[in-house]
Amino acid sequence: MKHRPLFLKIISAVILFGAWEIGGRSGVSFAFPPFSESMVAFWSLIIEGTMFKAYAETLKPLVVGIIISGLLGITLGIWIGLSDKFDWFISPIFIVMQAAPLAALIPLLIMAYGIGLTSKVFVVCIMAMPVIVLNTSAAVKNTPTNIKEMAKAFQGKDIDVIFKIILPASSPIIFAGLRLGVSAGFIGAILAELKITPTGVGDIISYSRSIADYPSMYAAIFSIILLAVLFLNILEKMENFLFKGNNQGYVSE
Amino acid sequence: MKLFGYRLPAMSSLILWGLLWEVFGRLEVTYFIPSLSAIFDTFLEIAPTKVFIKAVSETAYAFLAGTFYAVVIGVPTGILMGKNRIIDELLLPWVNMFLSAPLTALVPVLMVLFGFGMKSIIIITTLFAIWIIILNTRAGVMQINRSLVDMARSFGAKPIDAFFKIYFWAALPEILGGVRIGFIRAVKGVIIGQLLISIVGFGALFELYSSNFLMKHFWAVIIVLFAMAFTISEILAFFERKVAYYASKRG
Amino acid sequence: MSKDNAVTVKNVYKNYGETEALSDMSLDFPRGELTSLLGPSGCGKTTLLKIIAGLLPATSGEVIVNGQIVKEPGPDRAFVFQDFALLPWASVIRNVAFGLELRGVVKSERESIAQKYIGDVGLKGFENSFPHELSGGMRQRVGLARALSVDAQVLLMDEPFSAVDEQTRRKFQEDLLNLVKNENKTFIFVTHSIEEAVYVSDQIALLLPRPSRVSEIIRPTSFKNKDVDSIRRDSEYLDIVDRIWKSLRTYVK
Repeated sequence: MKHRPLFLKIISAVILFGAWEIGGRSGVSFAFPPFSESMVAFWSLIIEGTMFKAYAETLKPLVVGIIISGLLGITLGIWIGLSDKFDWFISPIFIVMQAAPLAALIPLLIMAYGIGLTSKVFVVCIMAMPVIVLNTSAAVKNTPTNIKEMAKAFQGKDIDVIFKIILPASSPIIFAGLRLGVSAGFIGAILAELKITPTGVGDIISYSRSIADYPSMYAAIFSIILLAVLFLNILEKMENFLFKGNNQGYVSE
Repeated sequence: MKLFGYRLPAMSSLILWGLLWEVFGRLEVTYFIPSLSAIFDTFLEIAPTKVFIKAVSETAYAFLAGTFYAVVIGVPTGILMGKNRIIDELLLPWVNMFLSAPLTALVPVLMVLFGFGMKSIIIITTLFAIWIIILNTRAGVMQINRSLVDMARSFGAKPIDAFFKIYFWAALPEILGGVRIGFIRAVKGVIIGQLLISIVGFGALFELYSSNFLMKHFWAVIIVLFAMAFTISEILAFFERKVAYYASKRG
Repeated sequence: MSKDNAVTVKNVYKNYGETEALSDMSLDFPRGELTSLLGPSGCGKTTLLKIIAGLLPATSGEVIVNGQIVKEPGPDRAFVFQDFALLPWASVIRNVAFGLELRGVVKSERESIAQKYIGDVGLKGFENSFPHELSGGMRQRVGLARALSVDAQVLLMDEPFSAVDEQTRRKFQEDLLNLVKNENKTFIFVTHSIEEAVYVSDQIALLLPRPSRVSEIIRPTSFKNKDVDSIRRDSEYLDIVDRIWKSLRTYVK
């Protein structure tokens, strides 16, 4: 059967959303509206334009944070990958950050930078940076020796080796690190809105919870998860398309 | 890196960072960063207190319960997905989705459904950890060397023997890899859960310290947390390396 | 039927969906002899071996081993794998005894049997080593000892020497000749090396692809009783090698 995967995907979606619908209707909890009610709420949030305004707000710290951590993270990562000394000095910080529950720093960020955009951008950055830095440095360090030696054997200069060999060879993993960074950044952005100040989608979630408008709350949560998953999927598709045949196939987390 | 011909241990630069922190703290540049020694003194002061022990034990309980469910549900699910194509195709899209989805957004749902307490924190911890465990177990089962399977069959192995003597061990490195990453995620989940449902464990402590601007207390807790997270991850990485050769010779 | 055949393949077909991997294959394997299945890649030699082993079902036709139709793997056949198929987490002695372990032989008994064959293949002293500590050649000796220790009458070898280096391979080929002479077993040996097939075989089945068929059966005579060192200089040996290459060369791209 040609469309078997798609068919099964649809089946499994029907099962899950069906279970949600039945669970909601059978009244498991007053705070668990059926799928259909949530979708109606979702639709009306879109029609009213509330959703778009909310996302304009929510995506601000995310975009700024990702741009900062991308630029800074990749630069640091390349530097770490190329220099043993810098590697020794800087890497442990990011290795610890990678394993640590950085969300714990949020109360501190609020104290230091208040409850505005700066704090939120910071949250996104600390969540997204470690994986970007560590992936970049690992990719640079693991560039296959044979092609580096090939470049040197043909009298390539160091700068050529970096720009013509190391960077192209590591770009798939750097990009994958960036994708994982975006994924972590989403967590940061939502955390910021739920913990620091409710703006954007976080506001819809908090407000509808406080007035017990549960369908809207589920709709907002549904929308942010959907958006994140769709965006990350697009990034992954791009990755597969851009780096066909140049995939070393490892990503560290 | 080498210094005077000595190879410096990998994480040794943290000592240097610690010294830099100490100096920076003593210069009293900012109120937010007290010196490391002062933080350490504060730690000794609060460590025996009831509130602190309660926070640690509550967090440990949530973490252990959360990871327990993640492993007990995740590993069998992963094995099932690796062995059965229909189940795999039905579940894989969701597992992949939840793996990358910002699960933090689900905390408000959990709060209204399961209350502002331990139950919600345990569930969020499980949700953070389980997907990568499922996915890695599945990958481990799926990439078992084909000829090991043939070998077991050619000697007439019974399915149960094949499972306990071959499949489980051959997939063990991936399973442990998944468990390690899952546990790291669980640490993050437990903290995020406590931050948002801030009446339990460290969440309550953070609230208390930050609303009273007790910077030393705050940092003491942070450092303890980070050190614990790092230790857990290193211990699991150690076991993972120990069994890495189980997967050797994989085409 | 003049000779006693240990294994008989009768009109075997094997299809994978649309593609025909084996088509009307019939072949006899005389008892106590070594028969090579030789041919270019895609000629179905490994498929045939796995059907004889009972690891793959034939689409139609039958395989008879000692008068019994093959339906599944059985104690009368033992398999030697191209990539050794050793358990990386088990010691040499447990690996060698593994076939017996699966058959429920008690530990002391199976280990004493394994001990004997470990000695026979020249691995004495390595009982407690692990596969990753051994060279490729030694690993295949473990695989061979495992196959010998279950005392099957038919040994099925799937390109057993292709993953070891050339010098080790020559030593293996000499050892194999002695094994055929001393153990009263029937060997079925898949290889893609013409020289190897001619060197070790009592009978060579030359398989050709598209559609997969037995194109020729060659039985070397003059050098079979010579000592191992003079075989490669025998004129019949050289002629057969030449002849096989001439019929194969058009299939090699």
